[in-house]
Amino acid sequence: MRQLYKHHLFWPVAILFSLLLFNFIYSPDFFSIVVRDGKLYGSLIDILNFGAPLMLVSIGMTLVIATKGIDLSVGSIVAIAGALSCLIISRGNDQNTLSLVLSAMGMALLLSLFLGLWNGLLVAKAGIQPIIATLILMVAGRGIAQLITSGQIITVNSPKYAFIGTGALAALPVSVFVVALMLAIALLLTRKSAMGLFIEAVGCNPEASRLSGIRSVMVLMLVYVFCGLCAGIAGLLVSSNVSSADGNNAGLWYELDAILAVVIGGTSLNGGRFYLIGTIIGALIIQTLTTTIYMIGIPPEITLVVKACVVLIVCLIQSETFRKTLVHRWNTRHYTAEREATSHVNQ
Amino acid sequence: MSINRKYVPIVVTTSLFLLMFIAGSFRYNGFFSPQVLLNLLIDNAFLLIVAVGMSFVIISGGIDLSVGAVIALTTMISASLVQQLNWSPIIVIPLVLLIGALLGCGMGAIIHYFKIQPFIVTLAGMFLARGLCYVISIQTITIDNPFYTAMAQTKIRLPGGSFISISVIIALVVVAAAIYIAHYTSFGRNVYAIGGSEQSALLMGLPVAKTKILVYTLSGLCSALAGVVFTFYMLSGYGLHAVGMELDTIAAVVIGGTLLTGGVGYIVGTFFGVMIQGIIQTIISFEGTLSSWWTKIVIGLLLCLFILLQKVLSARQAIFKS
Repeated sequence: MRQLYKHHLFWPVAILFSLLLFNFIYSPDFFSIVVRDGKLYGSLIDILNFGAPLMLVSIGMTLVIATKGIDLSVGSIVAIAGALSCLIISRGNDQNTLSLVLSAMGMALLLSLFLGLWNGLLVAKAGIQPIIATLILMVAGRGIAQLITSGQIITVNSPKYAFIGTGALAALPVSVFVVALMLAIALLLTRKSAMGLFIEAVGCNPEASRLSGIRSVMVLMLVYVFCGLCAGIAGLLVSSNVSSADGNNAGLWYELDAILAVVIGGTSLNGGRFYLIGTIIGALIIQTLTTTIYMIGIPPEITLVVKACVVLIVCLIQSETFRKTLVHRWNTRHYTAEREATSHVNQ
Repeated sequence: MSINRKYVPIVVTTSLFLLMFIAGSFRYNGFFSPQVLLNLLIDNAFLLIVAVGMSFVIISGGIDLSVGAVIALTTMISASLVQQLNWSPIIVIPLVLLIGALLGCGMGAIIHYFKIQPFIVTLAGMFLARGLCYVISIQTITIDNPFYTAMAQTKIRLPGGSFISISVIIALVVVAAAIYIAHYTSFGRNVYAIGGSEQSALLMGLPVAKTKILVYTLSGLCSALAGVVFTFYMLSGYGLHAVGMELDTIAAVVIGGTLLTGGVGYIVGTFFGVMIQGIIQTIISFEGTLSSWWTKIVIGLLLCLFILLQKVLSARQAIFKS
């Protein structure tokens, strides 16, 4: 029992289950899943489908945060990737040809790889703090996305392109398989090869890991490129789901949601340790929360207040000082002044 | 001619601003007039006020992502109290300033006492403030209170036929006060010391806790004041006001030559950083054919350029020292 309680996934899973339980009590329909035209429909499927882009972005973000970095540009990359692929498809003669759709997606992913590389170069080679380095692309990226779409919303009419965002494989949404594929790649790379260890080492201390023979610069670059790729795929999913690209609003606030998902999943912002499965659960919690708030009929914008409280609570729990204060209080029940005095002695 | 190394970023920023203004004057008719310069101040008064608060935070080695949301919250609270509950602006304005300062103070306390990164705490603050806007109302609330419209429309004539607004005077007073605080008070010295090295500041016996919390309080207060000015400017309250303002602000501070690692920077630099952002927008609107998204791209590029410049300068300084 104690082992279960101590497991790093205990809290995220517990939160997810209590959210689901609440939904079950509030509206038993929540768990009903119906099959129509060989596709599954239901709230749970919606959560998986709408949560897919967030899960993808969060997978990339987890690895970046594991190296003690952060990538603020993911939202902009989501917008750019969606904009470019929709632009290429809308320029085609026949929007539904497979080769056109594939080449459009290929170009978009290539561009997002390049954008990830740009972030990686700034962080690893130029040595700029990750927050600032990726801030550049976050600001400029929205402009680039609007430049690609000329400030309009590009709509495409291509069932083949819409397939990845709305289609179904074996009754499940295609997006779920995309997420599963990327998760599998990330898990294999980090848990079945030495890469995961390298990432954690760089996150703990880049200089020490360089001295012990790890090519820190390479690891950092790779992590940012992977994050860019994940964001690019998420951009394809988002734009394909609505068959249009909006340079202004696509992927807005994704960076914040992704960071939140990673933090809820138990990955520390101080780097050196990461939990991919935890991140996925974190992303699911956020999506479930959003769906729940919609369902109860509270204006969806209030989600932000709830999110703010969740971030603060999770961060406080992660903060060592906070935990120490709590434990200390619990154990000794000193008066504040007395605690102040003893804490100096302890230090 | 040799200039002191620490003034290099400021000189670069100022000359870039002058260069852009001269280039604009040659290229466009009607660009070279005092009113164009004054319009930069009129249209960016709120940005100037936020950027001053942000400068203190960045000089102390932190960052504040909540400023845009606090501005939106201020416009929202002012609009709902003045318009829907008919409160007098004389009560509302001090009240919103107090709310902004309290929000900043709370975030500062969490950052300092629980040792959580400023980035994530102010992110939570940003969510909270934006969310609270929507709790008040999802729609825009238009203000037609006589005091607010008077503040918005009053033009102060200057000799030579040009004019400024009351917001500009508020912004300039804030800048002057900030220069005084940063360079002539012990609080200002403490902020620079903490930005240089928090550990050393602590060992020197400086009041680190008080200063850090005050820095975020100051930033919250500046954001709220900017929110008041923004309310004069927009005459409405809306939860989506000032989206992305935090990035513009950070960009302005960085372009103004403040080091993101803390400890180095001047309020005057921030002033010119804001003016450069303003002049980019002015040039783009004069150009006519260029679309608004170029503003974002150019600001992103400038940000990149200045950060690399900072990197080169600090690397050279390191070599110089050793």
